[in-house]
Amino acid sequence: MSAGNANSLTSSGQQSIEEVSHPLSAEESVLSSPDTANAAISLAEKDLSLLNGTPVDTSSPASSSSLVNRLQLDDDLNGETHDLFVSVDDPKKHVSTMETYITYRVTTKTTRTEFDLPEYSLRRRYQDFDWLRNKLEESQPTHLVPPLPEKFVMKGVVDRFSEEFVETRRKALDKFLKRVADHPVLSFNENFNVFLTAKDLNSYKKQGLALLTKMSESVKNVTGGYKLRSRPLEFAAMLDYLDVFTQKLGTIDRIAQRIIKEQSEYLMELRDYGPLYSSWAAFEGELQKPLKSVSECVTSCATALEELTDDMSEDFLPVLREYVLYIESMKNVLKKRDQVQAEYEAKLEAIVVRKEEKIGAAWQV
Amino acid sequence: SMADCGSEEVAVIGNTDITDEESQDNKNNMMAEGSCLLRKMEISVAEAEKRTGKNAVNMQETYTVYLIETRPADSVTEGHNPVPDSLWRRYSEFELLRNYLLVTYPFIVIPPLPEKRAEFVWHKLSADNMDPDFVERRRIGLENFLLRVASHPVLSSDKIFFLFLTEENGWKEAVFETGFLAKSDSRLKALNATFRVKNPDKRFSELKHYSDELQSVTSQLLRVRARVADRLYGVYKVHGNYGRVFSEWSAIEKEMGDGLQSAGHHMDAYAASVDDILEEEEHYADQLKEYLFYAEAVKAVCRKHELLQYELETASQDLASKKQQQEELAAGTVRTFSFKGMTSKLFGQETPEQREAKLKVLEEQIKEGEVTVTEKTLECEEFVKNAWKDIERFKEQKDHDLREALMSYAVMQISMCKKGIQVWTNAKECFSKM
Repeated sequence: MSAGNANSLTSSGQQSIEEVSHPLSAEESVLSSPDTANAAISLAEKDLSLLNGTPVDTSSPASSSSLVNRLQLDDDLNGETHDLFVSVDDPKKHVSTMETYITYRVTTKTTRTEFDLPEYSLRRRYQDFDWLRNKLEESQPTHLVPPLPEKFVMKGVVDRFSEEFVETRRKALDKFLKRVADHPVLSFNENFNVFLTAKDLNSYKKQGLALLTKMSESVKNVTGGYKLRSRPLEFAAMLDYLDVFTQKLGTIDRIAQRIIKEQSEYLMELRDYGPLYSSWAAFEGELQKPLKSVSECVTSCATALEELTDDMSEDFLPVLREYVLYIESMKNVLKKRDQVQAEYEAKLEAIVVRKEEKIGAAWQV
Repeated sequence: SMADCGSEEVAVIGNTDITDEESQDNKNNMMAEGSCLLRKMEISVAEAEKRTGKNAVNMQETYTVYLIETRPADSVTEGHNPVPDSLWRRYSEFELLRNYLLVTYPFIVIPPLPEKRAEFVWHKLSADNMDPDFVERRRIGLENFLLRVASHPVLSSDKIFFLFLTEENGWKEAVFETGFLAKSDSRLKALNATFRVKNPDKRFSELKHYSDELQSVTSQLLRVRARVADRLYGVYKVHGNYGRVFSEWSAIEKEMGDGLQSAGHHMDAYAASVDDILEEEEHYADQLKEYLFYAEAVKAVCRKHELLQYELETASQDLASKKQQQEELAAGTVRTFSFKGMTSKLFGQETPEQREAKLKVLEEQIKEGEVTVTEKTLECEEFVKNAWKDIERFKEQKDHDLREALMSYAVMQISMCKKGIQVWTNAKECFSKM
């Protein structure tokens, strides 16, 4: 009788795949870590309703209080009271001797007692958001932390300081922060508080740094030489689903990009095509009117196509990319779960070994 | 629709049980002056077939032949469907016919043939002359050519054209017997005239300029349209990839599965629809092409005018200089430089007898010259009159045809957009039900 079977982690038992509820279904979850599923569901729902998460669309830096006021007027779908409002706007370029980077204004309005003041407004850069996210993941490993926009961009391919890129990033950071603020657990995280309030984030960052590296190392040591016996069915199913899902999303992203490219090339040809009818109209008599209207028509079509292509880039692609990042997060959570299971099983093995040693020693006496 | 023939005259066509004599009578009636062939005869290029044979240098070659069918216009009645007369012709014979018409009726804008080789192709379209789609479009183009000639007030009464439609054997010999080749102007002669003519009719100069512009814009239009078609094809086809990935994705989904599958089918349908759309658009391109080639035919008429005008100017100039010489000879002064004049200066004056002889010759030449000038003037005036009449007819035809072409192009585009809206509406429904 192996130790693994007797004391393996609680699972939903030997259910077939079909009976196991879908990883992202709205049904009652039978997972051992309910928070994972709930967090995913609540965040997904919130995203669809854009509750409090109405991305700040204005490019003009309106005063932070008027922005926050606008957010307060949004209706609350879940009936929760909102006592924490955040927004990210007003990107500015900073040039120093060492580097050039963008900072964003982070505005907070709150009635929570954990905050010393009711309002905060300070500037943060991407690095800071990245730090926050890592801290959140570490301190609440069973929770699904919302994704951040891509960290690395290929130099020469994407202009990091172009208006388009900065705006896309700002929108994504705003979404991220709002999701954390709406999260019932994450929004109360100490690091989040610090992010929103600390004047000098860098000195605070350095404090926690040493602890961070120690922690990650210890986790690695434990799981170093131990392999998982078996993964409970629902987690195996979840992982399989996520693998395929992320693959399909990636494919859809690529197809959409390809369509955008083809449409742009089609657009270029249309822009050559329309004017030709105009120049023809110029030396015709009876045909002048019809030719001119064909020309105008082609031009309007070209403009409409341009709008369509832009909308695809701005509205469709980012959502796909977000979910790919979400899936990455989920996979990380599952990985951690695997690690914990491995740790647990390793410890069980150790206990059995020691027990046998003890018995062996007793016999020898 | 083809242009009006103009004449209301319709020949009497009997039933099919007619004697050879009656049949010949009928044929003669069809050739009657001032009547339009198309009113009396149904003409079509019904089929195309591949043939192999030995060519002029005794080498194997593959070529396509086209079946020309003709039938008296009102022969199809209730319960009566006579088999049409038919014969096979290949493209080179059509070319021969057209060249004959060009030489014989230089004051007419001769309808063009469909292109010899596929040009302005976009990548999906084949440039291969043997490609069935190309052959099909050429068949239609050849039929169009015959109908245009048959409905022309002047060209439709041409005997050689009639024989082209009705006599399979011996036609080529008949064409060459007309001696049209000898009448054709050499390109060099024409080019020379174009450069050196001094006073062409202003309307023809403007018309030539217009034709140049028409050629330029239509060829640009055709080139860009081909590129547009290419790109549109790409956009539609990439959407087909959505179909596959939605299908694969639906396999791992529970509630969303059906919606994704259905949406995927709509994406497949969308991608497939572009083939028909672009095939229809080729028809529009063919209509533009016809007028691209028509522009060349118009230029040919202008060139003929320049040639005749040049010949007139040359004849007038010759006459004038001969008259001048006569004057000088009679007056005894040499104002115009001539080698003869110089030598006579150097080697002594000529005798009165010699001068008398010269004057005699000049007088003859002047008489001939005056006749030539009168003839040429008449020729020129006749040409201008007849040509301009046909050009007016052509202008009306062009405006009408191109307006129709643009309208059906617009209708095509509307239909394409409506189909697109339908597909995306369907897909949206699938997504909303997911």
